[in-house]
Amino acid sequence: MTEPSNSLTQHVSPLEAGEPVLAAAFVGDAPALALANGVVKLGGRDVAAHPDGAILCAALDGARWLTGGDDGRVVAISAEGAAETLADEKGKWIDALAAREGAVAWSAGKTVRARDAKGAVKSWTAPTTARGLAFLPKGYRLAAAHYNGVSLWFPNADAAPQLLEWKGSHLDATVSPDGRFLVTSMQENALHGWRLSDGRNMRMTGYPGKSRSLSWSHDGHWLATSGAEACVVWPFKEKDGPMGKPPRECGVRPHRITEVAFHPRALVVAIGYADGLVLLCRLGDAAEILVRPPGAGAISALAWDKIGARLLFGTDAGAAGLLTLPA
Amino acid sequence: MSEPVAVTDKTPVTVLTGYLGAGKTTLLNRILSEPHGKRYAVIVNEFGEIGIDNELVVGADEEVFEMNNGCICCTVRGDLIRIIEGLMKRKGKFDAIIVETTGLADPAPVAQTFFVDEDVRAKSRLDAVVTVADAKWLASRLRDAPEAKNQIAFADVIIINKVDLVTPAELDEVEARIRAINPYARLLKATKCDVEIDEVLERRAFDLERILDIEPDFLNAEDHDHDHHHDHEHGHDHHHHGLKHFHDEDMQSVSARLDGDLDPNKFMPWINNLTQTEGPKILRCKGIVALKGDPKRFVFQGVHMMLDGEPQRDWKPGEKRESKVVFIGRDLDEEAIRKGFAACAA
Repeated sequence: MTEPSNSLTQHVSPLEAGEPVLAAAFVGDAPALALANGVVKLGGRDVAAHPDGAILCAALDGARWLTGGDDGRVVAISAEGAAETLADEKGKWIDALAAREGAVAWSAGKTVRARDAKGAVKSWTAPTTARGLAFLPKGYRLAAAHYNGVSLWFPNADAAPQLLEWKGSHLDATVSPDGRFLVTSMQENALHGWRLSDGRNMRMTGYPGKSRSLSWSHDGHWLATSGAEACVVWPFKEKDGPMGKPPRECGVRPHRITEVAFHPRALVVAIGYADGLVLLCRLGDAAEILVRPPGAGAISALAWDKIGARLLFGTDAGAAGLLTLPA
Repeated sequence: MSEPVAVTDKTPVTVLTGYLGAGKTTLLNRILSEPHGKRYAVIVNEFGEIGIDNELVVGADEEVFEMNNGCICCTVRGDLIRIIEGLMKRKGKFDAIIVETTGLADPAPVAQTFFVDEDVRAKSRLDAVVTVADAKWLASRLRDAPEAKNQIAFADVIIINKVDLVTPAELDEVEARIRAINPYARLLKATKCDVEIDEVLERRAFDLERILDIEPDFLNAEDHDHDHHHDHEHGHDHHHHGLKHFHDEDMQSVSARLDGDLDPNKFMPWINNLTQTEGPKILRCKGIVALKGDPKRFVFQGVHMMLDGEPQRDWKPGEKRESKVVFIGRDLDEEAIRKGFAACAA
């Protein structure tokens, strides 16, 4: 393919991360980067979220950012830079985090805990290590991905979680914004999906590598995925989801896609590659705009702000940048 | 002082196995306390022995998963994939990783993790499987514990520990029993695991570049029988290099050798088919072969059904082109392997 003729590179301001970037988000209005050395760069300041630790996972909830570290702590960081320890699983790692409307869930090995907005914590032991967590959009219900399936847990109910079974090791979990579909990434370079109304299975295969970055379009009709040399976008508008339908592909380059992030208001997906390049791609006509040329590591974090005016990215070699779309 | 490590270097991972009480933790603490200037990340099983003095210790669950590829022996350590992924986020804080398995663990899923997982492979490499054996109790464990036999068969380095507790004759016997199962591992004798750390770490046993030769560890060039025919007459303890020669009932090694070239169109299908059909029984395999028309030595190694192979250095001028293969496994059909290999001659 030819490199895109359109370019937004002059609208990118570089940020100095200095350490591998593990996650990115806009906390309140401030661009924030979670770094391998346990520091969160928030606007211009450093928040020592996990001193002597590494940040392993992060989740945004409104105006606060949650980070989980290999120090066993779950930390909530406010837009003002205040860090509050929400949980301390001593001697363990926080493997996964999810957050929604004041509720936070985390896992450390098989232990899964959910903390509601009032601070009440409930615990559940998964059959094997819980690798990915996602709150369902309605009610207080958590999906936890583990070996051989996903469990749907109501933290406030005594009932045993509902198990959606599918053989294999499930890694990340995500639920469509309308709550109709649950999708996991798997050890076997594939995605697995369930229609939640009836538990119907859907397999999404063909990836050359693991697909670890999943992003829903604002209307919930599309799921953009990493793990191939093109951004594979699966259709979820119809009631059968992507069953029997080919995915769209955009941003085809001879480099593996490591991160994807749908624009919060338009059918435009930001794509980050293993060679450090960042593109914007419009789903309708696959038109491409260059954001960042290759270099300085693989893209390891991508995030839009709430209105889609700014895009934040970071690499595993400690580079980062902020795109501000021209008005 | 620690040596500078090139950033492109993959982090070496050493796997410590050994039956309960053999001395894994003693070895681990010995490695950690030596003044080598290296920093280790240690992955221990959660219910294992305590008392490891190291900055970076991670508890693991030993979650063994089947891969979803229809291959029953293709199991991996899911927890290891997750932990290595997490550790790599702190890259630069340690030089190497040591994985201590439980006494009952099968080393295969650990090793297979390094064949199967692309992300693990990209950032780390399996260095060697090191097995600690108890000089006094190994012989009994080989009789009653299949796990102990697996650990011996799988090992690249075997430490016969607690040699001070046995007589020289008993030590000879345990050594011979180990050799009956695995003649290729490097054998070290120790009291309280007092081995040179260099003999245990940085072995590069899974590195095709380093598989230069696959002669049994104890052989001298003069008097070895190249085909290593095992003596199948039981109860007849003949002496071989001063050691009793045992034949293990269910775990053996089979080696075969051929002067001259192999036909790649025969050898490749043969080795693939053999590991696919007999893979569950084959714990380890290795080979250095001369393929017709190829100036380079072709080197392969494998674990169960997984094979890894590549052309290595050129055959040197004057070097005899020959092909050697070695299999260690359970109930191997020695004759079929020999015949199949012989039929690959160019």
